[in-house]
Amino acid sequence: MNVYMRRRIINGFNLTASALATIFGLFWLSWLLLTLLVHGLPWLNADVFMHNTPPPGSEGGLANAIVGSLMLSAVGILVGAPIGILAGTYLAEFGNSSRLTPIIRFINDILLSAPSIILGVFVYEAVVVTSGHFSGWAGSLALALIALPVIIRTTEDMMRLVPDTMREAAAALGTPRWKVIFTIVYRSSRAGIMTGILLAVARISGETAPLLFTALNNQFWSTNMNQPIANLPVVIFQFAMSPYDSWHHLAWAGALLITFSVLLLNIFARIVLRPHQRGQ
Amino acid sequence: MQDLTQATAEHVYKSALRRGKFVDRLFEYATHFFALLVLAVVVGILVLLVYGAAPAIVAFGPGFLTSTEWNPVTEKFGALVAIYGTIVTSIIAMLIAVPVSFGIALFITEMAPQWLKRPIGTAIELLAAIPSIIYGMWGLFVFAPLFADHVQPWLIEHLGDVPVIGALFQGAPMGIGMFSAGLILAIMVIPFIAAVMRDVFEIVPALHKESAYGLGATTWEVVWHIVLPYTKVGVIGGIMLGLGRALGETMAVTFVIGNAHDISASLFMPGSTIASVLANEFTEADGKLYTSSLVSLGLVLFLITFVVLAFAKLLLLRLTAREGKRT
Repeated sequence: MNVYMRRRIINGFNLTASALATIFGLFWLSWLLLTLLVHGLPWLNADVFMHNTPPPGSEGGLANAIVGSLMLSAVGILVGAPIGILAGTYLAEFGNSSRLTPIIRFINDILLSAPSIILGVFVYEAVVVTSGHFSGWAGSLALALIALPVIIRTTEDMMRLVPDTMREAAAALGTPRWKVIFTIVYRSSRAGIMTGILLAVARISGETAPLLFTALNNQFWSTNMNQPIANLPVVIFQFAMSPYDSWHHLAWAGALLITFSVLLLNIFARIVLRPHQRGQ
Repeated sequence: MQDLTQATAEHVYKSALRRGKFVDRLFEYATHFFALLVLAVVVGILVLLVYGAAPAIVAFGPGFLTSTEWNPVTEKFGALVAIYGTIVTSIIAMLIAVPVSFGIALFITEMAPQWLKRPIGTAIELLAAIPSIIYGMWGLFVFAPLFADHVQPWLIEHLGDVPVIGALFQGAPMGIGMFSAGLILAIMVIPFIAAVMRDVFEIVPALHKESAYGLGATTWEVVWHIVLPYTKVGVIGGIMLGLGRALGETMAVTFVIGNAHDISASLFMPGSTIASVLANEFTEADGKLYTSSLVSLGLVLFLITFVVLAFAKLLLLRLTAREGKRT
């Protein structure tokens, strides 16, 4: 066996291995989604949306948890998005001369990957301990803190894609800076910023760990953000860990609901971003 | 008359200019304030974790980190079991995830036809989008039973008697345990590592690769001798990023690790990680010392992940800095 043959065999072997690695990755994705459909679909019926979470061992639905989750995520994103966009604007537009800017960017990137359960502990110490009780507000705050770095990062990246010549053209007409940002920069990076927000929504709607000890859970229908509030991820966690079959069924239905909403949001966000990328 | 119009125009112009400047400054301050909020959050996390952990730190001292005891009844707490579980599961995850991610990145950048690159990249990224609690449920109800019935007995039988590594594969085939947790962690961090590797592989100048191909190198040789050395720093950065994720992952691990406060040599035995202990016990903890010990665990986790992630970021920054200099 000469050296050429050996090189070709090594090449063929390693490339096959890398193709197998890709199949390995896709295999888990399909297995997971298949599992969710098989276990979740039979139990995903109108009752799930009409009834509240049942007491142990009896039938019911997830209505209160779905509404609670929507409220928590909505408040979380309503708090996180404006702050994130403004902070991202600073990093992209004003911060260039400041020595703090690279540090903020660095810390933000770390926050982006920081364990979400730590944010839960933080909000517990900051809000739950001081106010003396678990509440929907605390849960939303934890979710906002998870959404924040995602939005800051995408906002900055997208605003940086806007060519400086456009800013200069507007400034040359005597337009004040804020107007340049609002009418030129935001407008041309709108699709990208929206993508960031959508990805943040997708990220926080499945988050469980930070809600465990902030929003807690609520067996009953409640839309009071000042009280513990039911939410899908924690209900799924609690029901899946229980010994009751009817609870397991609801957990699977909820899991299917969350996963497919999150995946749809992700795919939708990618489609929104696509023409923008191509334009660059 | 003409003078007057000119004066008015000048006045209007100047007041508009002043108003513009005022709004400008207001807007800049607002954005600056929210940007600084990011730093405040991280400082706030650190301060509150230290504050919450203080009673436990005072009570147990540095021994907290080396004690294996975890007894809520006698109020004796130590972090070693959870730290051990965290590190072992993350090591298993990295051992599986790093080669697989490398393969995926190689496949996407060098082998896949143009039309296939995007769908495969997206599919792998969707793995990262699935909430971790779903991985946990799937791991507990679907993966663990199959693993216990079909894979574990074989591993125990064939590897259990091998000296040294045999100790890792002992015990009853339960499906859950540190190995299962590590494997599921691996699946969860693959998309993060693969995405970074793919991105850094793509910045290798085509000229470098074409030169090697021109000399007759095979695809593998180009990747091994040209792409990998060029992107080494970025690849390590991506691995550290994945490690940071694996260390702090909570829900998936909580489902499948078995939640036992023991250190066992066997990877098939149940254990616990810092994050899983927090998820399981935080709401039920009564007593100041118990809660405080849990917060101390959180502080340990925060410090470990912070260092790992900071290291990852620094490496990735170094690669982009070099990239900037060359072009």
